[in-house]
Amino acid sequence: MPVFEAVRLALGAIRAQKLKSFFSLIGVLIGVTFLIATISVIQGMNVYMQDRFANKLIGINAYEIRRFNDFNAEDVPEDTWREWLRRPRVNYRESAFLADRVQTPTIWARTCFEDNIKIQRGSLWTRSAEIRAADEAYFRIKNLDIASGRSFTVQESKNGVPVTVIGDLVAQKLFPGVDPINKSIEIGDLPYRVVGVAERQGTLFGFSLDRFVVVPFTSPARRELCGPNIVHELWAKSGDIPSMRASITEAEGLMRVARQLRPRQDNNFFIVTGESALGFWDKISRVLFMLLPTIVAISLVVGGIVIMNIMLVAVTERTREIGIRKALGARRRDILAQFIVESATLSTVGAVLGIGLGIALAFGVRALTPLPAAVAPWSIGLAVVLGMVVGVIAGVYPALRASKLDPIVALRAE
Amino acid sequence: MSDAVIQALNLRRAYPMGDEAVLALRGVDLLIRRNEYVAIMGPSGSGKSTLMNLLGCLDTPTDGEYWLNGQEVSRMSDDALARVRNREIGFVFQTFNLLPRATALHNVELPLIYAGVPAPERSRRARQALERVGLAQRAAHRPSELSGGQRQRVAIARALVNRPSLLLADEPTGNLDSTTSEEIMKVFGDLRAQGQTIVVVTHEPSIAGCAERLVVLRDGRVDSDSAPVKAAA
Repeated sequence: MPVFEAVRLALGAIRAQKLKSFFSLIGVLIGVTFLIATISVIQGMNVYMQDRFANKLIGINAYEIRRFNDFNAEDVPEDTWREWLRRPRVNYRESAFLADRVQTPTIWARTCFEDNIKIQRGSLWTRSAEIRAADEAYFRIKNLDIASGRSFTVQESKNGVPVTVIGDLVAQKLFPGVDPINKSIEIGDLPYRVVGVAERQGTLFGFSLDRFVVVPFTSPARRELCGPNIVHELWAKSGDIPSMRASITEAEGLMRVARQLRPRQDNNFFIVTGESALGFWDKISRVLFMLLPTIVAISLVVGGIVIMNIMLVAVTERTREIGIRKALGARRRDILAQFIVESATLSTVGAVLGIGLGIALAFGVRALTPLPAAVAPWSIGLAVVLGMVVGVIAGVYPALRASKLDPIVALRAE
Repeated sequence: MSDAVIQALNLRRAYPMGDEAVLALRGVDLLIRRNEYVAIMGPSGSGKSTLMNLLGCLDTPTDGEYWLNGQEVSRMSDDALARVRNREIGFVFQTFNLLPRATALHNVELPLIYAGVPAPERSRRARQALERVGLAQRAAHRPSELSGGQRQRVAIARALVNRPSLLLADEPTGNLDSTTSEEIMKVFGDLRAQGQTIVVVTHEPSIAGCAERLVVLRDGRVDSDSAPVKAAA
């Protein structure tokens, strides 16, 4: 019997008992729904992490040189942590050395920062903004566009003029209903003139990215942020990813030269890139991708057992039909194929429904959360194949029983 | 003996019953030629059903030989028997045995599906077969939408669609009233006139009376044969 004939027959059998068929394929449906939805969300998280996390916190084609990696500072062993704390900080000389010697076109910005300094305007004040002292290239490195006003001039940056660019939320807090440009604020009791307001950056994991003020690196407030000659983070950016990589390679070598590290010695500094910042997410998604098959496998096995039971019932209920078919010339393999195809069709229908539900869930997640959950085409293909395989495996035993029925006995069945 | 459709030599069939074997057939010799119309009768327990199963290739004999249309089927494998049932035998059952969910047309197409006939030709031949039994108008109906007589005629169309060498009917009127029974027997008569070989197993003398030859079984043996044909040695 040709396969499509068997599939038509199977779809007829499913249609004849819609409710029963639905309950029998619910296990496969749930497994596949979970598969599609989870993969969509993880992939959405990947995109989110790349777009929002890495590109907002680090910047595109950008990297920073600092004492150690603070993105996974929590889960390092005690002795590693102590080694990190013993490392020298990046200093002015090293920054100038790199800016001077790196051949790949790269823009540089020294930065220092602190989270807990009072920013005040008259009776309005806040302590919840990050103060960052930075060279003027910082804005270009982080893609920090100015919504109104301007950023620092090279002159202001070089001479440490007390001007500042403030984040959107700081502007709202200190200047409710007032244009902040050219107004003055106090940063750690030092008077600053607002020259620009940065474009809204939005949120990351629900935290605002707009609570900050940026001041020129050499301006007076730097004293409050870090000691003399110290650079918390040396930021850098190149035109594209290959030149960024080239720039990193050069910078790493030159840092080792500047610090006179011997070949066997490890780096006593850390280079943060978008990739290294995403290291912690890689770990999480790897765990998710390990759990996923387990959960999907369990529901598919359960789904397969349910389908096998339903098929055994079907074989019993349709013993007479099997007898008729055998009397009319169906061979063992015809009956075997008929029931395996029916089981596979049932399971595949469950998988297709599960794909629909999974896609609906993914779109729901996209609508209700900032995650850009995207359905991966390969996951749909995988789901269909899994559905078929589960159906075929679940169908083998019932189909074997059906094919071995004696036609005389089967014809006598009620 | 080239025109023999059925040639049974000393057919025996034993069924295990506890420790003993019960002999349902104790050596049946039977020769049926092309275009014969034979009724097989006998009281219950005479071996009628067993003989019918053997003649229909649903079962194989414990001993003896059975030749159907020139092939020895008594030693065939299950799959080979399925093929013989498909090509050589058209069954008509007392309870019609139509697939309830399938239309009349699809029911008639079934043997052609297992014969590997391509779909367009299948449909054409199934329609022809339904026309032969006067049910062309009912092709799209399901068995539940048909009367008993119509169902049995669908079953006859199904039995004929693969042009079998033998039409084997088992109590074909057992579930029908007398008027409808006459109709069905008339269809059998017409088929006979068109050259079909027919064997009817029945316990109703009136049905058996429609046939030209009567074979009576008793205790697993042929008790009487109205027109015995000597089997060639």
